[in-house]
Amino acid sequence: MTETLKQEKNSITQDKSDVLLEVEGLKKYFPVKAGLLQKTVGHIKAVDDVSFAIKKGETFGLVGESGCGKSTTGRTLIRLYEPTDGKILFEGKDISGLNEKQLKPYRKDIQMVFQDPYSSLNPRKTVGTILEEPFRVHKLYSKAERKERVEHLLEKVGLNPDLRNRYPHEFSGGQRQRIGIARALTLNPKLIIGDEPVSALDVSIQSQVLNIMDDLQKDFGLTYLFIAHDLGVVKHISDRIGVMYLGRMMEVAPKRELYSNPLHPYTQALLSAVPKSHPSEVKKERIILKGDVPSPSNPPTGCVFHTRCPKAMDHCKVEVPKLQELEPGHFVACHLYN
Amino acid sequence: MSTLLEVKNLKTHFFAKDKVLPVVDGVDFKVNKGETLAIVGESGSGKSITSLSIMGLVPKPGGKIVDGEINFDGKDLVQLSENQMYKVRGNEIAMIFQEPMSSLNPVLTIGEQITEVLIYHKKLSYKEARQKAIELLKIVGFARAEGILDDYPHRLSGGMRQRVMIAMAMSCDPKLLIADEPTTALDVTVQAQILELMKDLSKKFDSSIILITHDLGVVAELADRVIVMYTGQVVEESPIVSLFDEPLHPYTQGLLNSIPKIDEEVERLSSIGGNVPTPDSFPKGCRFSTRCPHVMQKCIDEQPELKEIKPGRKSRCFLHEEGVGS
Amino acid sequence: MTTYIIRRLIMMIPILIGISILSFAIMYAAPGKPTVLNLDPDISVEDRERQMERLGLNDPAHIQYLRWMGNVLQGDLGNSFTRKQPVTQLIMDRLPNTIILMVVSTFLAVIIAIPFGVLSATRQYSKLDYGVTFTSFIGLATPNFWLGLMLIMVFSVQLGWTPVGGVSTLGSEFNLLDRIHHIILPAFVLATADMAGLTRYTRSSMLEVINQDYIRTARAKGFRERTVVYKHGLRNGLIPIITIFGLMLPTFIGGSVVVETLFSWPGIGKLFIDATFERDYPVIMAITMFAAVLTVIGNLIADILYAIMDPRIEY
Repeated sequence: MTETLKQEKNSITQDKSDVLLEVEGLKKYFPVKAGLLQKTVGHIKAVDDVSFAIKKGETFGLVGESGCGKSTTGRTLIRLYEPTDGKILFEGKDISGLNEKQLKPYRKDIQMVFQDPYSSLNPRKTVGTILEEPFRVHKLYSKAERKERVEHLLEKVGLNPDLRNRYPHEFSGGQRQRIGIARALTLNPKLIIGDEPVSALDVSIQSQVLNIMDDLQKDFGLTYLFIAHDLGVVKHISDRIGVMYLGRMMEVAPKRELYSNPLHPYTQALLSAVPKSHPSEVKKERIILKGDVPSPSNPPTGCVFHTRCPKAMDHCKVEVPKLQELEPGHFVACHLYN
Repeated sequence: MSTLLEVKNLKTHFFAKDKVLPVVDGVDFKVNKGETLAIVGESGSGKSITSLSIMGLVPKPGGKIVDGEINFDGKDLVQLSENQMYKVRGNEIAMIFQEPMSSLNPVLTIGEQITEVLIYHKKLSYKEARQKAIELLKIVGFARAEGILDDYPHRLSGGMRQRVMIAMAMSCDPKLLIADEPTTALDVTVQAQILELMKDLSKKFDSSIILITHDLGVVAELADRVIVMYTGQVVEESPIVSLFDEPLHPYTQGLLNSIPKIDEEVERLSSIGGNVPTPDSFPKGCRFSTRCPHVMQKCIDEQPELKEIKPGRKSRCFLHEEGVGS
Repeated sequence: MTTYIIRRLIMMIPILIGISILSFAIMYAAPGKPTVLNLDPDISVEDRERQMERLGLNDPAHIQYLRWMGNVLQGDLGNSFTRKQPVTQLIMDRLPNTIILMVVSTFLAVIIAIPFGVLSATRQYSKLDYGVTFTSFIGLATPNFWLGLMLIMVFSVQLGWTPVGGVSTLGSEFNLLDRIHHIILPAFVLATADMAGLTRYTRSSMLEVINQDYIRTARAKGFRERTVVYKHGLRNGLIPIITIFGLMLPTFIGGSVVVETLFSWPGIGKLFIDATFERDYPVIMAITMFAAVLTVIGNLIADILYAIMDPRIEY
């Protein structure tokens, strides 16, 4: 316990030697085209000026509601989308501008696990073939070694290695997600980005998969970027957490700090909206946010949250608040603290 | 408290080629007037088919109620003709579904979709129905209700659509509202809005509610009583507080423990091993025996019955006979 | 919407130019000379040369094309080689006949295909469904000309119920019954393939719709199955059908070539086939371009109808 606390303390220091991934001012705008000549008339600002850093061996959770840009952030980091602006520093090197060829070594180091285990595995290939594929692409190992590695991986994610000749449809949702994780692990990556990896699973299966991810992190020394909307799940798995809203980072803090002392009004509302875990629990005054998340193609001026913020001031409509470090390691983008 | 709905030994089976799939297999429960009963279970538990059976909307072809009674307000719904059921559905029993995005007809306006129920069941004129629709939309929280009437569903967000679904369901003042995962597809802040709304409405309309969900948090917010379903059977029945305080059935215990909670921290989540068996491979004995940490030889050989363990509390487990586990 | 339509209309220009170049090239490359040059077997080489010169057939292909294009832009489709009439006049004389045939056969296709498609979907795997499926495959597989010949043989020749061909009884006054009497067979033959196709499309579209959540919602409201299917289902199910309909428009021209020839129906299709045999270049080009315009317009109409039918589509 004290050790994790120390770790959390360390992460706030400016020492960058143990930072694996650093994101600086990342932007991803999708153009909106209209009119006779299909001119770009506006942008959907899916990710707008997001910065954070992930240390080696830690789990960074990214939470937010639908449309907040958390998934787009993940996809931009592995360059499924081209970033509009900003830097993605992986082990100190900016990979945001690299071309496909230069990017190839980093493709091994950063892997992704997707939400839907049903559609992210090719139904016409056996699990063994799916898992060997990365080796073939990167021309690694002999045939016998590949087989051995695949069996080892299956064992690691808690599946019987004999199942390698089965097809994805023969597995349950939880098992398929394990296969998805095994596939992400094939090339010994340093960073795994999980995009809602347990959201499609039943509770009892979800906890199995979370435990496996925990074990693998220890065994392989993995670093996780864990994207999810379930605040309980994110709290369980993460060391530090970033809260996003409408493409912007609202708050970043170590998890205990975030859940016990949320500073941003959005984080406060988000946490108070979580259903109680026991019926006789008396919730603190529940903050019910009015209305819906505004459209990212036309985000509010100033602070994007001001239209729904119970504590909004005139100033919030004008100026975009900067993410500032209020307490050690605890960053907030809110004018209340100026 | 008087009983509004009593489901007795309900069996809804699906027939596929040479197989019989007992998706709902002998379910018993009661819903009292004005009460909210939650049916909790994971996918494959049969909770949704149970609710569709009450509505008389078991997917056809393939599905069929093969046994049991559904006594609702003095009549057995299983015995009613299709013509009689038309008068019950949407009128005395209404239902809202999980996917607000796809549960509204995309080519009809919100107004058309609400008024058609009122015109059909309550024989209102179009004008009266429209007036009533505006009232309903105001109740579910639309400030500019008149404006919404002529909008198409795709114009609304998920939360707004679910409000429309609720307005539609409440339009004929049903005695029973079945809500199938009403907030699962919604974001947490919107979920909080909808849960508040449902709490208000259940008081205002004095309807009974069957809340079907996999989310124990939603149950904790809304329900008075709970039944827990697993593989087509009820494994536990309990008033809400005692279920959370002291779950009786090993499955319920496992379920409660495997949820990561925001107000406590554990190093490792406890989890239920294995997978939910599919209806074509249910074990012969207790259906939870393949995953149960307390499994005994008896559990593999025989099926336990759902028995009252304490007043108002039932569980389907041999452990209670052995005097262990509670 | 208006901007969208204008944009689509502008996009048509290059497409149509491309089609015109392509068809001109194919026509030019095809073997054979215009029949008009060989009408008189005793024609002298000089006379024929003079004819070629007069028709402009001695110029290089691209010059001929550009001249044709230039005239078209001025609204002149040229004169038919064989018939010594302006092409516009020829087409205008025959277009009404083709349009009547198309409208009637479309009407037949729709009123038969859509109800059967819906029934087939709502009673999936029933005897009726299998029957409809079987019949529509037969409809799809039967060649028009064969079906036409068979129907003529049975109904016109053996039973004598319907006339063998033509639009109306020769020399008679306009008479609606007589017209119907004449059109029924060709319209039916022209409709069969589309009828079969439409039935299949309606079936699969309705099957998809019937499994949608909003159909379950409609059932949960207590509506009778008929209301559920026709009020909530059909309007959604028809959306993709409308598109197919727009795409079907030009196929009528193709179908009418066979049917009009078979039933001596004096329409565009018959004119086209005659012109092709006679290598009557201006007529061939004009009808090809007519079909091309119909195709792109059909597409555009389909897309516009789509937006009208489906409130989710906005351009």
